[in-house]
Amino acid sequence: MFGFCTDPASLDSTRWMLCYLTTPKHMNLYYAFGTVLLLLAITAPVSLAFGFGGAILARSRIAPLSWLGKGYIAIVRGVPDIAFFLFFVIALDQAFEWVLHQIRCPDWDQPIRQGSDFIVCAAAKLPQNNAPQYVHDTYAFLVAVLTFSIVFGAFAGNVLFGAMRAVPRAQIETAEAYGMTQGQVFRRIIVPQMWVYALPGLSNLWMVLIKATPLLFLLGIRDIVFWARELGATQTPRFTAFPHGDWRMWYFLFLLVFYLAFTRVSEVVLERIMRRLSHGQATAAGEAQRRAAA
Amino acid sequence: MKKLIITTAALALLGGAAAAQDVVRMGTEGAYPPWNFINDNGEVDGFERELGDELCERAGLTCEWVVNDWDTIIPNLVSGNFDVIIAGMSVTEARAEVIAFSTEYYPPTPSAYVGLTPDADINGVVAAQVATIQAGFIAESDATLLEFSTPDETVAAVRSGEADVVFADFDYLLPLVEASGGELSFVGDRVPLGGGVALGLRQSDVDLLEAFNTAIASVAEDGTLAELQARWFAEDSVQ
Repeated sequence: MFGFCTDPASLDSTRWMLCYLTTPKHMNLYYAFGTVLLLLAITAPVSLAFGFGGAILARSRIAPLSWLGKGYIAIVRGVPDIAFFLFFVIALDQAFEWVLHQIRCPDWDQPIRQGSDFIVCAAAKLPQNNAPQYVHDTYAFLVAVLTFSIVFGAFAGNVLFGAMRAVPRAQIETAEAYGMTQGQVFRRIIVPQMWVYALPGLSNLWMVLIKATPLLFLLGIRDIVFWARELGATQTPRFTAFPHGDWRMWYFLFLLVFYLAFTRVSEVVLERIMRRLSHGQATAAGEAQRRAAA
Repeated sequence: MKKLIITTAALALLGGAAAAQDVVRMGTEGAYPPWNFINDNGEVDGFERELGDELCERAGLTCEWVVNDWDTIIPNLVSGNFDVIIAGMSVTEARAEVIAFSTEYYPPTPSAYVGLTPDADINGVVAAQVATIQAGFIAESDATLLEFSTPDETVAAVRSGEADVVFADFDYLLPLVEASGGELSFVGDRVPLGGGVALGLRQSDVDLLEAFNTAIASVAEDGTLAELQARWFAEDSVQ
């Protein structure tokens, strides 16, 4: 990156470090931070949507729909994350390919499972075998987002289900007395008021989600943990211009600081949102705000 | 951003059907010098990178390099995430039940013990990488096996005193011992282990296997293979 980096062995330690930290290999670590933040930015709203859907289904008066919602929440919450991640990603990928295979290659006569091989026709491969690498990366990333969203959606669903029930009965009765339909009560009274009850649970989930991002590594995505381990590993002079010993401790220390700082910032922001949501609510926090203002 | 990604993915799904040229995806570990490693430019490098590129050129294939963890490299090949394993993989019977091997492009390589002193106890706690022939060998012996997912961690375990010795491929250990300035040293004799090193392919990919076998025969015949081996490996590594 810098002009003086051509012969690292001759450099003083500051400039050596500067060159070392800007090698193209090292840049991958910085991109990986972007990957993690992007994953969080997409997963949080998507899993909230999954949770909302799950909660609405679970509340449904139609029994099969209610079973579906409750089943989703119960099963996903009950399976260990790692087992779910390892099983689900392979199963999901193969399910997509199987469906595409049925659509695109109807006259394929060989079995899809041959021994341990899972073989679909070339047109059903996801992504296409000759697609550029970034498409493969994007696909893996989207599968990861979907998996994270399903897992965290189940927890969010449980939180929202409880929050919808926590809205004071008096509010709902008043709305009904005004002649609102079930749908109107739900949209105008329950949903706007449930957030204050949901937020403590959701903010917990957000923290857990941040800390769960290293699971990306399990999904074959080269995230910050992968690069910390790769870059921190002992490098011998034969294979790099920047040989060094075992530096994994420093890399992981950096990750530790990153995660701590990130969760701390989240705490502050969530605290503010909570204060705003409590305003005018019939909760202890809302009551305290009213007293302080009076 | 989300929309952008979804659109890209959708385009990729729809547009991919129009295949231009066959791309063969080469899966490697990227953490096992001199066989394969990631260089300062963030690219796959090493003996197998050069060999793989040469083989692809001779077979008229366009190859793309993919880095994958060692312990999931066979499942990922079998489920079609890439087409070839080129990761210093020794031919063994157990592996040959699941995947097909090409002609060997490197003879059986010796494995060696490395410890902090030349008289370290090779029957004590021995570090090895998970799912390797070395780990299998130690598991059969009287020594206590300590497994790690990357080769680097096995050597780090010796440095930290967690393991008495590490048992790994001689060619992987040699540069580390040389660069350690006397901290690490070989212990005992080298152990000939496993079959030769070959490409791993899906058993159903018969044509691709054929193409690579022809290319390997061609590089072996005109001396290219020997030249690559001499450049990346120690002179006496083959026994």
